Amino acid sequence: MHHLQVKDLSSAYGPLTVLKGVNFTLAKGETAALIGPSGSGKSTVLRVLMGLNKPTGGEVLIDGAALDYSRPASVRAARERMAIVFQQYNLFQNMSVLRNVTIAPVKIKGRPRKEVEAEAERLLSKVGLADKHHAYPDELSGGQQQRVAIARALALRPQILLLDEVTSALDPELVNEVLDTIRGLAADGMTMLIVSHEMAFVREVATKVVMMDEGLVVEQGPPEQIFGAPKTDRAREFVGKILRH
Amino acid sequence: MLLLEAMGTTLAMTAIGCVLGFLIAFVIVFLRQTPGLWALPIRFLAICYVEVFRRIPFLVVIYLVLFFIRSIVSEVSLFTIAVVAICIYSTAYTADIIRGGFESVSRQQIEAARAMNFSRWQTLMNVIVPQSWPVILPPAVAFAISFIKDTALVSQVGVFELTFRGKELNNEGFSALLVFGTIAFLYFLMSYPLSRWGRWLEQRLASSPSQRSKQRLRPAYSP
Repeated sequence: MHHLQVKDLSSAYGPLTVLKGVNFTLAKGETAALIGPSGSGKSTVLRVLMGLNKPTGGEVLIDGAALDYSRPASVRAARERMAIVFQQYNLFQNMSVLRNVTIAPVKIKGRPRKEVEAEAERLLSKVGLADKHHAYPDELSGGQQQRVAIARALALRPQILLLDEVTSALDPELVNEVLDTIRGLAADGMTMLIVSHEMAFVREVATKVVMMDEGLVVEQGPPEQIFGAPKTDRAREFVGKILRH
Repeated sequence: MLLLEAMGTTLAMTAIGCVLGFLIAFVIVFLRQTPGLWALPIRFLAICYVEVFRRIPFLVVIYLVLFFIRSIVSEVSLFTIAVVAICIYSTAYTADIIRGGFESVSRQQIEAARAMNFSRWQTLMNVIVPQSWPVILPPAVAFAISFIKDTALVSQVGVFELTFRGKELNNEGFSALLVFGTIAFLYFLMSYPLSRWGRWLEQRLASSPSQRSKQRLRPAYSP
């Protein structure tokens, strides 16, 4: 059984249809990368999965159970099983690093504060920010903020971690510190769905690549296939362009 | 002594009316921003309240409250009527200040909270209110301070506040210039320190949470 299955998923921003029937699956422990040109609907897929955008059709199944995004209880269930890291980090500006990481597990999940704080400290150490517990987001670099955002998502103990272009807002010298963190997570067997423009990184870390264009999945398969011998003309054209640069 | 007592009444009316008004305005803004079709009547009523009462002169509100309450209950003090009128008026004004503050918080912050399963109320109390505080508080305090002067209008219905006492003393034969000169000075005495405090608050809130946190941690005396 697939850990995550996306079937004929469609979504729209008002009159503009962004997803036109997206299909892909994700196995437990797999790292899948969503690639494709800007505006192809990659980020929208993640937003729909998190219930931030409403689907207009199709189905999302986690471990075989369908999620009904029209029901608030089902949306809550989706958010309990998945966590997202945003491109712009979206850390709460009014909270310290530690509180950013602990607030949801304590206030939303009702876990004991002491236990959550100990876990948060472990997670912050894991992302290399053990000394930044009491700092505020505006005191951190973009790369540090993004690593806090990853720790915050992990503190929710998600089954699937969604990463939305987590390096595209960062200065080039800060990209690697975030990519190293994600490499570590992949090595730990975390199930991840990554939207990324870092093709070298995708090739290295992803076990599956899903290429999208104009709201549809054009081709999916292992990175060797997509980057080495794409089967569709569109994938060949896209890969040809990005590999030239 | 009589003037000091009246000054206390003026301050008490303003403080109670504006604080209550602020709290009710907070609820009204929360209701106004309730999503969903089912909440349409609630949103409509909340918008109507703000739009209507912002466009009625305060004196008219005072008379409306006076006659409305007196038609239901006869034994109500004028002070209570004045507080209710101030409360109704300040609710309408501060609701717009609060709404502006809430809307100043970026959508991404709210989405981050939603993605972590925060309820609307939890998002409001943990993310929106703490971040919009610096935007809301200075104009809300400025409104309350300026309202100290506007409370003079409740003297029209006979509340024993500062201006009413002035009229009484003048009727008793005291020099109008002396009486109202003293009253003008007392209004200044009430408003000025509060407006300085408002300015200090504005400057303090303009700093980022990290700077405020450092200010809290700084020792009171360092050798």
